[in-house]
This record gives sequence, C-alpha cells and structure tokens, in this order.
Amino acid sequence: MQKIGVFVCWCGSNIAGTVDVGRVVEAVRQEPGVAFAADYQYMCSDSGQNLIKSAVKEHGLTGIVVCSCSPRMHEATFKKTAAAAGLNPYMVEIANIREHCSWIHKNMEEATEKAIVLARAAIAKVLKDAPLTSGTTEVTKRALVIGGGIAGIQTALDIAEAGFAVDIVEKQPTIGGRMAQLDKTFPTLDCSACILTPKMVDAGANENIELFTYSEVESVKGFVGNFTVTIRKKARSVRADLCTGCGECTEKCPSRKTKNEFNMGMDTRGAIYIPYAQAVPKIAVIDREHCLHFKTGKCGLCERTCSAKAIDFAQEDELVTRNYGAIVMATGFQMIDPSGFGEFGYGKSKDVLTSLEFERLMNAAGPTGGHLVCPSDGRHPKHIVFIQCVGSRDTSGCGKPYCSKICCMYTAKHAILVRDKYPDVSVTVFYIDVRTPGKNFDEFYRRAVEEYGVQYVKGMVGKVTREGGRLKVQGSDLLNDRQLHLEADMVVLAAAIEPDPTARSVASMLTASIDTNGFMTEAHPKLRPVESPTAGVFLSGVCQGPKDIPETVAQASACAAKVIGLLCKQKLVNNACVASSDPLLCNGCSSCEKVCPYGAITYEERELNDKGVRRTARVAVVNEAVCQGCGACTVACPSGAMDLKGFTNQQIMAEVDAICR
Amino acid sequence: MNYYYYPGCTLKTKAKALDASARAAAECLGVTLTEVPEWQCCGAVYPMAQDEVAARLSAVRALLAAREAGVPLVTLCSACHHVIKRVNADMAKNPDLRQKAANYLGLSTPYAGETKVLHYLEVLKNDVGFETIKQQVKHPLTGQKIGAYYGCLLLRPADVMQFDDPESPTMLEDLLRALGAAPVDYDQKNECCAGYLSLTDPAAASRRTRAILTSAREAGAEALVTACPLCQYNLSRHSGGSLPVYYVTELLEAALKGGNGHA
Repeated sequence: MQKIGVFVCWCGSNIAGTVDVGRVVEAVRQEPGVAFAADYQYMCSDSGQNLIKSAVKEHGLTGIVVCSCSPRMHEATFKKTAAAAGLNPYMVEIANIREHCSWIHKNMEEATEKAIVLARAAIAKVLKDAPLTSGTTEVTKRALVIGGGIAGIQTALDIAEAGFAVDIVEKQPTIGGRMAQLDKTFPTLDCSACILTPKMVDAGANENIELFTYSEVESVKGFVGNFTVTIRKKARSVRADLCTGCGECTEKCPSRKTKNEFNMGMDTRGAIYIPYAQAVPKIAVIDREHCLHFKTGKCGLCERTCSAKAIDFAQEDELVTRNYGAIVMATGFQMIDPSGFGEFGYGKSKDVLTSLEFERLMNAAGPTGGHLVCPSDGRHPKHIVFIQCVGSRDTSGCGKPYCSKICCMYTAKHAILVRDKYPDVSVTVFYIDVRTPGKNFDEFYRRAVEEYGVQYVKGMVGKVTREGGRLKVQGSDLLNDRQLHLEADMVVLAAAIEPDPTARSVASMLTASIDTNGFMTEAHPKLRPVESPTAGVFLSGVCQGPKDIPETVAQASACAAKVIGLLCKQKLVNNACVASSDPLLCNGCSSCEKVCPYGAITYEERELNDKGVRRTARVAVVNEAVCQGCGACTVACPSGAMDLKGFTNQQIMAEVDAICR
Repeated sequence: MNYYYYPGCTLKTKAKALDASARAAAECLGVTLTEVPEWQCCGAVYPMAQDEVAARLSAVRALLAAREAGVPLVTLCSACHHVIKRVNADMAKNPDLRQKAANYLGLSTPYAGETKVLHYLEVLKNDVGFETIKQQVKHPLTGQKIGAYYGCLLLRPADVMQFDDPESPTMLEDLLRALGAAPVDYDQKNECCAGYLSLTDPAAASRRTRAILTSAREAGAEALVTACPLCQYNLSRHSGGSLPVYYVTELLEAALKGGNGHA
C-alpha cells in the first residue's frame, strides 16, 4: 500500500479566499492511502517545499498530491522537490484547485466541495502511479528560421554568431521583408534601407547561415531537438550559381504589366525581375504566371540576353530535407485591405492610399523616385489627411479588435517627413488616441505637433468623397464638438496590421497554437514570451503580436538566446510519459500508426508467448525517444493494447470513479 | 409568391407613382401583393426613446395583421420600412416594450417580432431574383447612365436593417444592371438627403442635396433612382429638373412593360 502525502496550498488568498483549505485537509485524511496531509500559505516557496521534503522523510511517503495552481505553473517545481526528497518525480500529481476551482467560483461551500473532489481524483491517480524513468535524445545542432524579415535576419545572425548553423526560409525571392519597404524609421528618421541592407548582406555572407529564398516549408516532422523539415525551393527559372545579378534581362523583358509587389503595386515590373537593387541574394527570378515564354512558348528574350547563360526555363521545384534542433517562426505581417471600409473610398480614388503605399511614394527608390505627387494625376498636393486606426480597435467586424501599435508613430513620422520636405503642404491627422509609449517616442510626436505644425484632430473620419478632382473629407472634431469638411489632395489610411496569411499553415505544421487574431501564442504571455507552447518552436517578431522595429529586434535576439540555450545542450531529457503497446493485445491494425503525429510507431513481426501458445504476429512498437505522449494512439487503438505511461486508462478511470463517488 | 403589402400614407397621396408602378411590376413578375386591411400610418419617424410605446403601436398593428395572415410584410417607402423593421426588432428583442404594446393593444399573445419584414427590393432580389427579372425585361434601359440613390433609412442601423453594406451598397445597381441600364457609382449614394430638414432648415437641406446631386453628376449620372418619396422630393426639388429623380419601380415597370418613356 502506498503512503501518500497531500499538500494543500493557500496561494495567499487566491485559493484560501474561496476554498476552506482546513476542511480539504480534514477530508483527504480520510482517503485510503493518505498518510499525511497539511496546508500551507505558499507551497511553492522554499519553506513550502521544505515542508514537503521533510514530510516525505518523516512519514516515508511514496507519493505526493499537491493541491495548488495549474500544473502548467508548478508541476515541474514540485517534481523537483520530490526528486530532491528521493522520490521518483512521476509519483507527484497536481490537483488544480486554483484555475479549476477557486478562481472560477464565488461560493466557498461549493468551491470547498469541488476542491475535495479534485484532491480525491488526484489521490486515486497516485495510488496507481508507477515510477517512470526518462530517456535522453541528442540535439541536432542546427536551427531553422521561417521568414527572412528583420526578425528572422536578427535571430539568424545571433544564432550564427554563437557558432551554430542556421537556415532561413523566405517565400519572397529576397530576404529583407517589410522593413526593406520602409522609407525612414522612427524616432530617429534614419533610412530604413541603410540600416537593414548591411544586415541582409551579413546574413547572406555569414558562413553559418544558408538562405533558402523563394522557398516554402513543405512539411515538418519530429519534435524538439530532432525536427525533420522539407523545404520546397520554388523554381526561379534562373540558375543561382550562374546569375550575376546584372539586371540586363529585367530591362529587356517585354512583359511589363505585372504589378510590382515591392512598390505595393503602384508601378509595374517585368516578368523576369530582381525585387530591388539591394536584394539578397541578387538573383533574378521569372514570374511564370506573367512570362510570355511560359504563357505562349514564344519570347525567350531574357535567355538570349543573358551573357552568363543563367536562364533555365526547364528548372523544376526542388525539395530539400534537413534536420533541425529548433525552429523559429518569424513570418511577420501584412496590412489589411482597407477596401472593406467603404467610407474611406480606398480603391475608388487613387489618391486614397495605405500607409505602406505612402511609404513607397516617399521613398527615393519608389514609383515616383521619392517625389510626393498625387497618384491620380501627378499633381503636387496641397493638403494631406492621415486617418489613424483604420481597422484597428474595431469591433464592428470589418477590422481587428486590437491596437496595431505602430501606426501612431509612423503616421507622426509621415507627417514630419512631409512637412520637412514640403513646407507648403499642410497635414491633418485624425486620431482616436495618440499612443506613443517608447523611448523618445512621445518627444517625436510632440515635435510633429509643436515644431512641424501638423494639425492633430481627435475624431474619426466618416466619409471621403471625390469632388472636382480633389477629395473631400468629412470628420468629427470631438474636442471642439463640430463637424469638419476638409478639402484634401491625398488621404492616407493607417490600416491595421495582421499576421502574414502563411503563418496559419506553417503553425499547423508545427502544431504551434495561434490566437483568435491569428498571432502565434506564447508559452506564457509574461514569463515565456519568445517560446511557443510547442517545445522547440520559438517566436520572433510580429508573428507573435504587433511590434515596431526596436521591439522586433529585441525580441529576435531574445528568441536567438533561447534557441542557443537549446542547441548548447548535449542531450535532452525525454518525456517519460510515453505510449507503450501490449503485444498480446495488439491486433496489428495500424490505427495507432496512422494517428501518430510524430512517426513514433512502427510495426514488426514478433514471436509471442500467448499463455503458453507460441505464435508470430505483426505488432505495434513505440519508439520511446520519438513519442511525445500526446495519447492519440491510446484513443485510436480498438483492442486496448495501447496505453500511456503516467496516464494509463486504469488511472483515468480511477480518477473518474473518485470524482463520481 | 404571396405577401402582405404596406403602402403607407405618402404612397396614397404624393407618391402615387411609386405605389402604382410597384404594383404593376409585381403583377408582371408574378408577385401577389395584398394590401394590409385597414392599415394606419407607420408612425413616420422611428421613436428613439426606449419608453415610447404609443408611437410604435401602429407599426405593431400592421405586423400583427401579417402574423395572423402568416405571410411576410412587404414595404416600399424607405421611411415606413425603417420604422416597421425597427419596431419589429424591438418587439423581438425588448420584452418590456413587447409587454407594454400587448397591454395597449389588449393582446392575449404578445407580438414578439414573428413577422418577416421585407422591402420590395429584397423581394425582387431574393424571392424573384434579378436574373429572372433580366429575362423578363422587354424594353431594356440600354446605355442609360443612372445613379442609384439609397439614402440612409434603408441602410442604417445596419445590424437591424440588414439591407446591404451601409458603406458600399450595390443592390440597386444590381437591379439596374438587370434592367439593362449602366449604373453609375458615386460617393454620396448612401448619404442623407436631409429628410425633414427641408422644412425646418432649408439651407442645410439645400447643401446636402447639392452635394448628392453634384457627386452624381460628376460621376456621369443622367438620372437618379430612389425608393423613398421624401428623398425623391428633396432631390428633385433642388435639381431643378437637370437631373431627373425616378422611383426605381418606375424604371422597373418601364423595362418590363415599356411605354412610359422614362429617362
């Protein structure tokens, strides 16, 4: 018979405020197998843990139940405590009487009853616990970074700096991401390209970094320390080993109607193109959808032009499979399409732009060579209206409920840049709130108002209409309680940002969770912000939530630190709660093999001694180093042969019995 | 296709053309409109006060009549539609108002919004189908540049009216296209015509209608269509005949039957 100790935590008033902990202790003392029970204010504190350790020694306890917070919070803590007292850590069970009980109940009587029931269930489980031993696995000393924007680049550079190999997979033909599209950066107004492109070059040149551009993740298998990833290198139709990036072909290409993604579709590019002058790698790519050769079989001008003989129309997609110890999500963001907000007339007038389009319009390498002109007719604007929170903090259903965080600052930046370069252009900004927390951020915004004479109006715009070749903006000025009807030449919409649409499919391959807004979920929102709840998957940049550049870079480096910490380990301790199959019950149906997401189950022919009868059978075998203990196989198994150590069917039934008793 | 039809006061006086053309077109399309027996004024303006019961009662009477007949209630005038649809939502969602209305009307079973309220255009779109109408057009309005004017009462509040996207509605344009016309998109199509302000603040009404007419003209419209007698009145009064404003049902009838020589 086991000797079980039950330790009931008050969690200050978190639990004790709603649960009568004394009564819980009294009640569990009556349970079979319980040799000791006590309550304490903070069981996770040093003295609380010492209480457990001394009770184990004094009463010769063989199992422990801690009635406290969620096991996600402190299961590891109490397992360590048990191990320090000489117990097998798998002889510890947590009864969650905080999140599952005290926090969600108000009535002390009911909450106490429920806490007792939860404790009973945990005791019933410990009675059937068996000591388990963890195995270990090697760690593949290579990391994969998905996304080659500033977040992915910074994470990769830091990992490479620590001496580990790292690959970047980027779906575009060049790394650089959104930051490459920006003109200036707040609050210092240094040129975005000038600070980004050296990092892009470093990433391209670093011997520890390999770039897979124009590539996508095809499939992911495995688990922390041992991922196997297949990468699809899409056919560029240009040989990377021969192309010199001279750009001759891009100028000769006769198909010129494709919208240039880099300039947000405000000008066109050829079907063979290099995204921009500082692209890394600087290799041309053929957009087959628009290429005359692929559409009609004629043309071939680029092939004749290329002196390096790099054009290869027959090139095919290539699949590369590699092993990684860690995977970093750095999939970034895009702007929402504001045409869902009909009141702003986006898509109806060319002079209504998104902020990212405006960014390209102001940029020297942009569609107008950096001259600020109205896209509709090329005239010089006299008045520009900026509208903030287009689709941010919006619960109407068209937009996003969250604050996109970067818009207040970049709008102030746009306003300053316009007023600085063109003092004759007046600027009005409509805002709901101006949010500028950040080092030197509020000073920057105040400069826009006080030094650059930007007109800030608190209120939202209700309608943008075209009138006599110009735009008319109707908005409310809440502080003066009046309606404004302003004539404008351009309207710039600070549209909300949202996670890049590819993040969802990549996340599902990684079994990493995403929140209701499509952002990646952290392992803990405060204490583990760069780790995903899936072991070995890390988060860098805006894929986790809206961020500006300084914050993204800081998070990217933090993410790299976590990856380096993992790759430094020689061996990883496995989860001991793994599946195992009883060969005598197994009927060889393969149901478990089909549902296993880790490929941990194989089948082999085995000679069995079935109650004295010798027979050969095809049975399931679990690779314990690969099994992650998800339990899918135990549910799928029709004959009851498959069971999960630490969570056996018997244990779960015992828990249910204890609850229903 | 059988419906109860609620014409409203204006359609019996100032806007007889709207009523007549709608009935004629409905007949062509096999839609049977039975006038609600002994209907009363809808109340004309939706009462915003939550404790105002009396002003909702006449709408409830029409809704009740349709509930008893077991058919949807079709309206045409934007203002009537607005009042009746919103009162219907009140009866469905606000138990307090529902009970008070029942007390006033002496109902043993309170009216709880059971009647389906449809605008004439919704019947055309969802029950008849614009594609069917297109096939029945005998005199297409080919090449006619027409601006669709929605006004505000049909569209907002969008969650109650559920008529069309309040910022970029397309229902009228879709119908005009089915009639063979070339609808013209313009920015002011969903803005208010000033409503009753034309009585209390004519200057404001004039500014509002001018903005709408200018916007439509600049976009190339040669005529406007509306479903609302008050919008029609305000717009045509200020257009001075330079931009004719028709009821959409007039064009519908013309396209189906020919003859009227509109637009």
